[in-house]
Amino acid sequence: MDNLIWIFVSALLINNFTLSYFLGLCPFLGVSGKLETAFRLGLANIFVMLITAACAYILNTWVLVYAPYLRLISFIIVIASSVQFVEMAMKKLSPDLFRALGIFLPLITTNCAILGLALFSTNKGYGFIEGMVYALGAGGGVTLALVLLAGVREETKILDIPNVIRGTAINLIIAGIISMAFMGFAGLFST
Amino acid sequence: MQLHHSLTGLLKLELMGIKSSRELEDGSSNQILMNQKQNNIAPQIIEEKEPSSFKLIFALGIAGLISGIILVGTYIYTDPLIKANKEAAMQRAIFKVLPECTSYTALKLEDGKLIEKVADTDKKKETDKEELLIYAGYNANKQLIGFAIPGSEPGFQDIIGAIFGYDGTGKVIIGFEVLESKETPGLGDKIFKDADFKTNFTSLVVEPEIIAVKKGQKQNPNEVETITGATISSKAIVRLLNKTMAIWQTTINEYIKQNNITVINKHEQARK
Amino acid sequence: MSKPENSNQNAHEFLKGLWDENPVFVAVLGMCPALAVTNTAINSLAMGLATTFVLVCSSILVSLLKSVIPKQVRITAYIIIIATFVTVVDFLLAAFTPAVHKELGAFIALIVVNCLILGRQEAFASKNTVGLSILDALGMSAGFTFAMLCIGIPREILGSGSLFDVLLFGDGFEPWVVMILPPGGFFMLGFLLLGFNWYSQKKKERELMKKN
Repeated sequence: MDNLIWIFVSALLINNFTLSYFLGLCPFLGVSGKLETAFRLGLANIFVMLITAACAYILNTWVLVYAPYLRLISFIIVIASSVQFVEMAMKKLSPDLFRALGIFLPLITTNCAILGLALFSTNKGYGFIEGMVYALGAGGGVTLALVLLAGVREETKILDIPNVIRGTAINLIIAGIISMAFMGFAGLFST
Repeated sequence: MQLHHSLTGLLKLELMGIKSSRELEDGSSNQILMNQKQNNIAPQIIEEKEPSSFKLIFALGIAGLISGIILVGTYIYTDPLIKANKEAAMQRAIFKVLPECTSYTALKLEDGKLIEKVADTDKKKETDKEELLIYAGYNANKQLIGFAIPGSEPGFQDIIGAIFGYDGTGKVIIGFEVLESKETPGLGDKIFKDADFKTNFTSLVVEPEIIAVKKGQKQNPNEVETITGATISSKAIVRLLNKTMAIWQTTINEYIKQNNITVINKHEQARK
Repeated sequence: MSKPENSNQNAHEFLKGLWDENPVFVAVLGMCPALAVTNTAINSLAMGLATTFVLVCSSILVSLLKSVIPKQVRITAYIIIIATFVTVVDFLLAAFTPAVHKELGAFIALIVVNCLILGRQEAFASKNTVGLSILDALGMSAGFTFAMLCIGIPREILGSGSLFDVLLFGDGFEPWVVMILPPGGFFMLGFLLLGFNWYSQKKKERELMKKN
């Protein structure tokens, strides 16, 4: 149990996917203009990551043992197809959920955070439950980063910022400051 | 960046053979179209004559065939080299933590006993990761001189992986090496860069347990002087050693007793 | 740096990636997974070269196969091709330079989702001859490697007081540790983009002045 808590908190705060591994930067910088959008994108991310963790575990345990060179190709293709499949099922079974998350799914199906999750959790040799907890933590971490950046960005819209730094440059610098704040979480489990 | 989004979106649609463009909120679809124009990508809206699914499968089959040939070729060529690299890295670490060691065998735990691990014969090498292994080291005269034991523990930033040499009968740690760490550069990374810290592990008694003390306050042989500015990382190493020893100590003792091996042990002789 | 209008098309295809269409500074493409390994100059260079290998090889294959691959499945085919070469470079690095492979870790595999590579296949290699595609790929990856080094070199100098592992300063230098930590990556790219924007703005102003 201690181990699971460590995995979760480590992925959520200490080794945050976006703020310390630079994964999922595309949506982080591209979509995080509005708080509401950022939050829903984050939820969609958690959702896809859970599917990814399950796929990665199944592939790693039963397929890649015999063909390690297919790792990358199979991860990408299986994740993309499963997300598509789940999306169709969701559309049919829970239209409300689909309206909330559905539009984001194509954007994140094969982004770096998703593939990164599959690679990291198999590299670390996580089992099924550990993998799911890791996915939950990583997805939560991405959501947290997206929401925090969106919050600050909403403020910057009305601030007097020189034109030359507007856009990606100022967003990256804000991200750097948030990332610096997150460094304070290191050592959380070592006392 | 939007380009990537649109491409992955397209990928997904293509996987299912759907060609329609989806309406996105927040004007994302407009952005995508704009980006497509900027990057000279023809928008995918115009309906064309659909090629037969045979042709689609055939094309993907060719791509798959080519990639398969390239992949398997590279794999067959590089796999022995990669395995040799891993083996060499492990060997270097073992030789470092067990001075005078010239050869070693891997031991695995089965039914609470240590038995020699037979070399990999089947392809299931991925499962090795979950298997706990320690290494028995021998000197030039083929006499057992100690055990190299890997362990891991959460440090300041992420899991620290390390290997240490344990002399078996003298209950003394005789060497220590960090294998994997993401500790803060300049602070926590002193656990493997600071030469003073390493001298803690040249003859460290493991019983009753290893204790972390401040720098310059070491009085007993079971104490480790922590690094100033890297206390948390140093304490993580101490925890790592204690936890790993708790796992292995009794089985190692039994292994020595059962097989009636004498461990050549300078430290024990020195203490007497 | 480049005057494409004065040189022939070949030189243009190569040079545009370095500056005028630099994938990182102009389009901020392909930074997601790569930024994580820009903490030292040597890692940045290794990442740049690995990306170069993948981009050039996949461009060759894609431009060779462009007439065989139907439009409907092209992205899937491109991804299979790119993932193949990423796996190849991953194996090669592990076999011949294990130290570099250990440093870069899973980030080599993440080259596959580098938007830059898929973007070039879609925008260029699938429409042009093999020769032009190679030039385009070389130029783009040179631009990418250049940008990686622009981030990696200052980060290493400031963060550890060294360059390519050679110590530059005496003991008096206190390294800015934050530069080799993740925030340093965000700051460095942010400041570089700021500089690039500033430069382009000045250039535009100068051109306007000339016209008037």
